[in-house]
Order: sequence, then C-alpha cells, then structure tokens
Amino acid sequence: MKFLRILGLLVIVAFVGIFPVGIAPNDAVNSVAVFTLIGAITVVSWNIFSGYTGYISLGHSVFYGFGAYAFALASQNWHIPGGWDPFLLLPLAGLVAGAVALPLGWIALRTRRHTFVVITIAFVFIFQLLATNLQGITNGSGGVFMPLTPWTDGYTDLPFYYVAFAVLLVAIFVSWRIRHSKFGLGLLAIRDDEDRALGLGVKTAAFKLTAYMISAVFVGMAGAIFAYYVGILYPQFSFDPVVDITIALMAFLGGLGTVAGPLIGALFVIPLQQYLDLQFGGNGVNLMIYGALFLAIILVLPQGIVPSLQSRWRAWRASRNTTLDSGKRATNQEQPAFLIERGGKG
Amino acid sequence: MSLLEVQTVSKAFGGIQALTTCSINVEQGTITGLIGPNGSGKTTLFNVITGYERVDRGNIRFMGQDITRATPDRVFSLGIGRTFQLTRIFPRLTVLENMHISAKRERLKALFSSWSSTQEQALALELLAFVNLLRHKDTPAGNLSYGQKKLLEFALILVAQPQVILLDEPAGGVNPTMINELVGHIRTLNEEQGVTFLVVEHNMEFVMGLCHTVNVMHRGTKIAEGSPDEMRKNPAVLEAYLGA
Repeated sequence: MKFLRILGLLVIVAFVGIFPVGIAPNDAVNSVAVFTLIGAITVVSWNIFSGYTGYISLGHSVFYGFGAYAFALASQNWHIPGGWDPFLLLPLAGLVAGAVALPLGWIALRTRRHTFVVITIAFVFIFQLLATNLQGITNGSGGVFMPLTPWTDGYTDLPFYYVAFAVLLVAIFVSWRIRHSKFGLGLLAIRDDEDRALGLGVKTAAFKLTAYMISAVFVGMAGAIFAYYVGILYPQFSFDPVVDITIALMAFLGGLGTVAGPLIGALFVIPLQQYLDLQFGGNGVNLMIYGALFLAIILVLPQGIVPSLQSRWRAWRASRNTTLDSGKRATNQEQPAFLIERGGKG
Repeated sequence: MSLLEVQTVSKAFGGIQALTTCSINVEQGTITGLIGPNGSGKTTLFNVITGYERVDRGNIRFMGQDITRATPDRVFSLGIGRTFQLTRIFPRLTVLENMHISAKRERLKALFSSWSSTQEQALALELLAFVNLLRHKDTPAGNLSYGQKKLLEFALILVAQPQVILLDEPAGGVNPTMINELVGHIRTLNEEQGVTFLVVEHNMEFVMGLCHTVNVMHRGTKIAEGSPDEMRKNPAVLEAYLGA
C-alpha cells in the first residue's frame, strides 16, 4: 500500500515535470499551466494557516503583493538582468512577506471568526491604497516594470513553469510535514475547540502566529513569480481581492484542511478561470459564471472534493463490512455505518 | 499546607455575584467532592482555578505557588487537569489524535516532528485500553457516544499525568454501567498513583460512595465541609438543597 502510494506520487510528479515539453508544447496551454502552479502555491500555503486552524483569511493577497513588490523593487534597484538571476530573489520575497505577517498576524489574531475575516479583508484595501499612493516607493498606478526576459518563443514559459513547480513542491512538503507534526495537531485542535486546546497546554497564540507567518512566506513567493511572469506590477493586481476569492474558492472546492484538497481545487479553478476570462472576459459574464460555480460548490460539495470522497469511501467500506458479518455485528457494540460516514478528517 | 488552596475568592459577572469570598482546600491524595444546588458557583470555581476566568479578589495557590493569574495552558502544565460539564473533545480529530494533544512537548524540534512518537503513543494506547476505547482509536471523536466522549476526555487528561484532576459532573447523562466503570477508574488512579481529585457532581450516590471529604457550596460560597455522612445530616446543607 505504501509502495503504491509512493509510486503514484512519483507518476504525478513525473507527469507534471514533463507536461510542458512532452505533452502540451503549446504557449497558450503552458501559460495556463504556469498560472495554475502559481495558484496552487498560494492555496497550498494558505491552507497551512486557514485550512488547519479554521481561521479563514481573506487577506493573503497582502503577502502576495508584498512578495511581488519586494521582488520587483529589489531587482530594479540592484539592476538585476532578466533571465534566471531574478529567481534568486524569491527567498527574499518570501522572507519579506513572512516578516510583514508578524505584526499583521499579531493584530488580526486577537480576534476570531467573522471579525478575523473582516480584519483580513481590511488589510487588503489598506495596503492596496498605500501601494497606489506611496508613489515614491511603488510608482503608484504607473506600475513597476520587471526585468525583461531573454527567452524566445516556445521557451518563454518554461523557466517560470519549473521554478513555480519547485516552489510548489517545497510548499506541499512543508504542508505535509506540518499536517503530521505535533505542531499541526495543535493547529487542528485550535480549529475544533481553541479554548479547550489552550486548556490542554497548546500555546494557541504562538501556534496561530507561526502558522500565519509560514503561510505568508510561500504566498509571497507566488506573488513574486506572478509579477515576474506578467512583466509589470500594479497595486490593484497584486493587493487584489480577486486573488483572495480565488484562493478561498480553490480551497473550498478541493477540501479545506487536507493536504491534497487545495491542489485539486487549483487544478479545476485556475484553468476554468483562465478559460472564462479568455472567452467572456470583456462583458463580465465570466464573473457571473464564477459566482454560480461558487454557489454550486457550496450546495453540492460543502465539504469539498477530497473530504467528500473520503467519507463516501469510508461509508462504502463500513457498509461492506456490516453486510459481510452482519450476524456477528448485531450483537457487539460497533459503530453503526451511518455514524462513521459523517467523519470529515483529512 | 494543602495541595490546592482557594483563598477568599470573589468573582462577579455583571450584577451576578458568582463567587463570594469562597475558600476551599484540597488535600493531596484525596478525592474531594464539591456539591451544591444549580447556580451555586461550582463551575465558576473550576473556571477560576484553571485560568479560564480571572478572579476579582482572592488567591489561588497550587503546591504553594500562586496561580491566581495563570493562563489555562500554564495551569495545565503545572499539573491541574480538568474535564467540562458539557464534554469538550476535538470532534473532527480521531480518538488517538485527541489523546496526543495534551502530551507535552517544549522543544521546537519536537514540535515539528511527527505527533505519534513512540513513548507518547505507548502511553496513549495504554490509557485508551484503560478506558476501553482502544478499538475506536481511528474513529473521529465526534462519532463517539456521549458516555464514550466523557471517558475520552478523562483519558486525554491523563496523558499529561496531572497531579490534580477536576471533574465537572463526570456522571451526568452517563448510564449506570459506565458510571461504575468511571468510579473504578477514579479509585484506581487515586489509590495506585496518588492522583488527587476534585469532583463536582449532582449524583449523590456517586459523591457519597467515592469522596473522602465533601464541600458544599451555596450562593457562591462554601457553607459546609466534612465527611459524606456528616454532610447528609448537616442542617445548613439540607436548607440549601431543600430551601426550607
């Protein structure tokens, strides 16, 4: 079983690895693939905080923006030529985003639930305004230009694709490690009953803040890759509420708080978003379809794809077990199947 | 010196005086009962001891150390565990994961390594076997029955090996067979490991059969203390309960 699992993972990694050169060597498709990877980084990273602790942040685009601007301004001021070199600034972008998360988390995490969500949304607009108006630093709505890449047609997307893929792998690894660590268990306990967790010795304030900062780091790196890929950076497209909505949509579709769920969500949402923007972008129909999709998800799959499949699988196994030895089962006090199927563990 | 000393503690919520200069001592190695009519301040007393509420006046000392303003995690790490009247476990985590939350780890490296380390795992499994929940270890805890949740909450406190355990109505809503089981567990821990208990309970049979001493609370303060038999005959206690 474990062998099969590792084999399956390797097959997926290999598939994603050769996708842009072997399977779809086409600029349009590759561009969607790059955006999908960037989106996947953001949602996997966001999930480390919001998915595990249950604190829904709709303000992670602040870290996206800080990562992007740190990257852009550093490459501009240090006169870094286009090409592979700017990618060396990615850790810096991540660190800046993580550092920004310290004071923001310290403020926002004093609140819970709806208040927390509203405060995180406020962060987005505060920093969007600042980025627009602090023209001395950000050049305001004039935007900041990225280093020009030397790569030519048919090859332009590949560096971004592989760098984003590498960052994504690191983010998934961190998320997976945290999920199975004592630290992650504490985060999940906070999701279920924060005060109880505190009363059992979990240092909830420190746990939440640490997770918030870790999740900001990779979102910052994603923002930097995005900015470099697009080539020009504007305040309204980096400190962007749409980024936050997209992250939430991906996470809810795939399954909040699971390791694999956000990835599956990204795989569905970003290509669809790109397609809709391309087909109906001009007249706003894309946003209507987008909203309808959100509603449909909440109605049909309120738990998300991965948890729903897990519970179906569990229910199926439980019902199979009961039919196989129903005679024995009737006498002892095993859990009935209808109780087991409601579990939503990731 | 008592193990746990509550000294003239007062606590008000708005206009309601939940505790009024209430003092209670819990001696090491005893099972102490805490009874009183509804609204007499028993649960509030638990909340101020465990750091969930701050006292307005008074002191709380544990092993001679002042814990009046300690936070819940600090109180727990000093060795005071508690259960809640309405059981509070982590419903979406499995039974085994629940058991690991209270296991103490301080160092950063230990925090970021796997939660199921061998020594903690052995203890968690042993305690689950102790309360008869071992076969449910991979079930989400929210799917357990009410009585099983109470047992799980009891067991997950034990993982941290506290010196004192505060039980808030452990027998409430639990069937008689399981109550007997629980009484057995409490006795075993008390006699074999010297764990001290402070028990709030309305089930008089449970209190009288189990406790060494009983404290009676009424309107936010202690009105009597003594052996279960003495309390049964105490006029002040009868008055508080019967309102005569």
